[in-house]
Amino acid sequence: MAAPRTIAALDGRPAAQHARPAPRRRRSSQWTALAFLAPLVVYLLLFYAYPLYRNIELSLHDYTPRAFVRGDAEFTGPENYLDVLSDDTFVRALRNTALFTLVSIAAQYALGLALAVFFHRGFRLSVVLRAMFLVPWLLPLIVSASTWSWMLNSDNGIVNAALEAFGVGQINWLTSPDTSLIAVTIANIWLGIPFNLVILYAGLQNIPAELYEAAGLDGANAWQRFRRITFPLLRPVSAITLLLGLIYTLKVVDIIWIMTRGGPADASTTLAIWSYREAFGTGQPDFSPAAAVGNLLIVIAFAAGLVHVHLRREEGRP
Amino acid sequence: MNRRSLPARAVVFATAALTLAACASAPAPGGDTATATSGAYTWWDPYPQHDASSAWAERVNACGRQAGVTIERTAYDTTALTNQALLAGQEGNAPDVILLDNPAVSTLADAGMLTAMSDFGLDTSRFDENLIAAGELDGKTYGIPIGANTLALYYNKKILDDAGVDPGSIKDWASLNEALKKVKAAGKKPITFAAIGTEEGSFQFLPWFWGAGAQLTRLDSPQAVEALELWHSWVKDGIAPNSVISNSQNTTWEEFLTGEFAFAENGTWQINSAEKAGFPTGIVQIPAKGGGVAPTPTGGEFITVPVQKDTQRYNTTKKILECMTTPEGLVETGTTFAYYIPSTADGQQAILAKEAGLKPWVDAVRTAKGRTSDNLGTDYPKISEALWTAVQKALSGAASPADALREAQAQAKQAIGN
Repeated sequence: MAAPRTIAALDGRPAAQHARPAPRRRRSSQWTALAFLAPLVVYLLLFYAYPLYRNIELSLHDYTPRAFVRGDAEFTGPENYLDVLSDDTFVRALRNTALFTLVSIAAQYALGLALAVFFHRGFRLSVVLRAMFLVPWLLPLIVSASTWSWMLNSDNGIVNAALEAFGVGQINWLTSPDTSLIAVTIANIWLGIPFNLVILYAGLQNIPAELYEAAGLDGANAWQRFRRITFPLLRPVSAITLLLGLIYTLKVVDIIWIMTRGGPADASTTLAIWSYREAFGTGQPDFSPAAAVGNLLIVIAFAAGLVHVHLRREEGRP
Repeated sequence: MNRRSLPARAVVFATAALTLAACASAPAPGGDTATATSGAYTWWDPYPQHDASSAWAERVNACGRQAGVTIERTAYDTTALTNQALLAGQEGNAPDVILLDNPAVSTLADAGMLTAMSDFGLDTSRFDENLIAAGELDGKTYGIPIGANTLALYYNKKILDDAGVDPGSIKDWASLNEALKKVKAAGKKPITFAAIGTEEGSFQFLPWFWGAGAQLTRLDSPQAVEALELWHSWVKDGIAPNSVISNSQNTTWEEFLTGEFAFAENGTWQINSAEKAGFPTGIVQIPAKGGGVAPTPTGGEFITVPVQKDTQRYNTTKKILECMTTPEGLVETGTTFAYYIPSTADGQQAILAKEAGLKPWVDAVRTAKGRTSDNLGTDYPKISEALWTAVQKALSGAASPADALREAQAQAKQAIGN
């Protein structure tokens, strides 16, 4: 029963009830409560509130390297946001982000679920195989991204070598504007499957076996059992998996950066890549537009979170 | 008044202590370096590959001892170094000496972080003008080159011999193209270079760009288009592999070392590796379009001196800088780094006396040109970004060379205008 509890914790449901303190001791126990709270509050302020505040502040000023050192950046209000929104790169980056994120999480979820159902049957060697599916998760990203870019190399890549054996001509996976987004999406799907597999597998453990037995007695075939039992009962777990997948995928920088640097000609530039490139990818850091793009990403992720909460609440109603 | 239970008091106390400790320790390491460590001089450089026991670290320490101080050296990765330097500048706790990649010098100088060499009386006239130009901004010099490197064409002698190409015949683009075609006809891969979408891509493109007679102030000139068309035709006709679009200089070099390629555009830093290759190698200067040697961009680090509150420190810093740049010192640095070409005429004489084989590289460095020269200064990084984007667009087929450069010029103009 360990797995379902993990899921509940991920859902973020408040857990415990507090015992009401006796009036005589209320004040001192309030102090105690505050004292216990203090480390967390300090931590949150220091590592969440302050960076967020700083990011917003960066995006509202014009921070050139000179202004950054001297601390006299000019206040420009929403100008950075307007610049970002009116930039040609924005539309392309937004489109790429949408394609990259949606295709990634859809494919990761579908493949993760298929594998979870497959392993749920518990055959011989299933544990070993399942462990091997976790490898992409364990490898350092620099290793997996470099390996992918080697495999997809136009001239010496193993993928093209295999395709050529079947008579397909050279595909410039990483160096053609038509295919570079596809290439990084494939790599990212591969990376995300273990995460989906683990969570969905844990969710499957939580579905009572009696339901399947009952369905079997009623003559439901495998597909009907999946369609009518597994899928509906997995909905809460699926929702949180998709939400976390969305948030992870929105902010992916490393794998794209290592494989294509967002190129060629911005073909694989997502919003996260664009933000990173403005801040660290050129000889001259442009922190302000980078922060503006970063904040837009936070807003998108936040909106997705709200949709999730809303859907959960709808579901909770009878 | 309020009687707290013992555990409660303990928790409050512990929290307070922790918070205090966090507040107290956070700013301290940087906050007052200048006063706290008067005996130690801080030194940052971008050579993490040279650890504390390396010849380079020993060389830095020796110069510190000569100046009567200990040097605390910290090494960062090149890009991290610029960011660290900006942060340190913001907090007012910059180190005494930073070795900066040369295009970054004008950025930090413009931020007011660096002391001009003339402010503490260091004579800069002995340095080669074309090399020190990258450290100049508005008539002042903000750093001195500890050495220089640049680009040339390495060749695989075996492939050229088999294809019947005499490297000496390569005098201009036409003769180079002739040679490349012969290699292709002989069934080998003609050339590789790095056209990656970073500063490295611009660095590699500049010899062809300048060699055609183009200027960084006008990216869409007919000469610039000719240069990009040259690269474009190489990729289109299979003279160069398609992967150059995403290859860094290191990857290109690895490709060359496989022995499949006749030519590779690469830098001084590969001299040792070329000697160890499994085939005989040599270099030719990158030709200009109409003949002669194309100006290649200079690479290499500058010693810069960030502004300090305590101006007394500059006296010692000056001694350290002088120690690093004596002719013998430059030769030592040059050989430690396998290879850096000394940045003064005396130093170049001295290294040639030791290693005559470096002659073509010394010549290449003498005709090289700083990327931030022509007073481009802090505009260079923006122009460079537009340029490498254009190269990427043209080679990947997203736009024709002329269109890509027209867009690049508009992009650069807009970026500089801000």
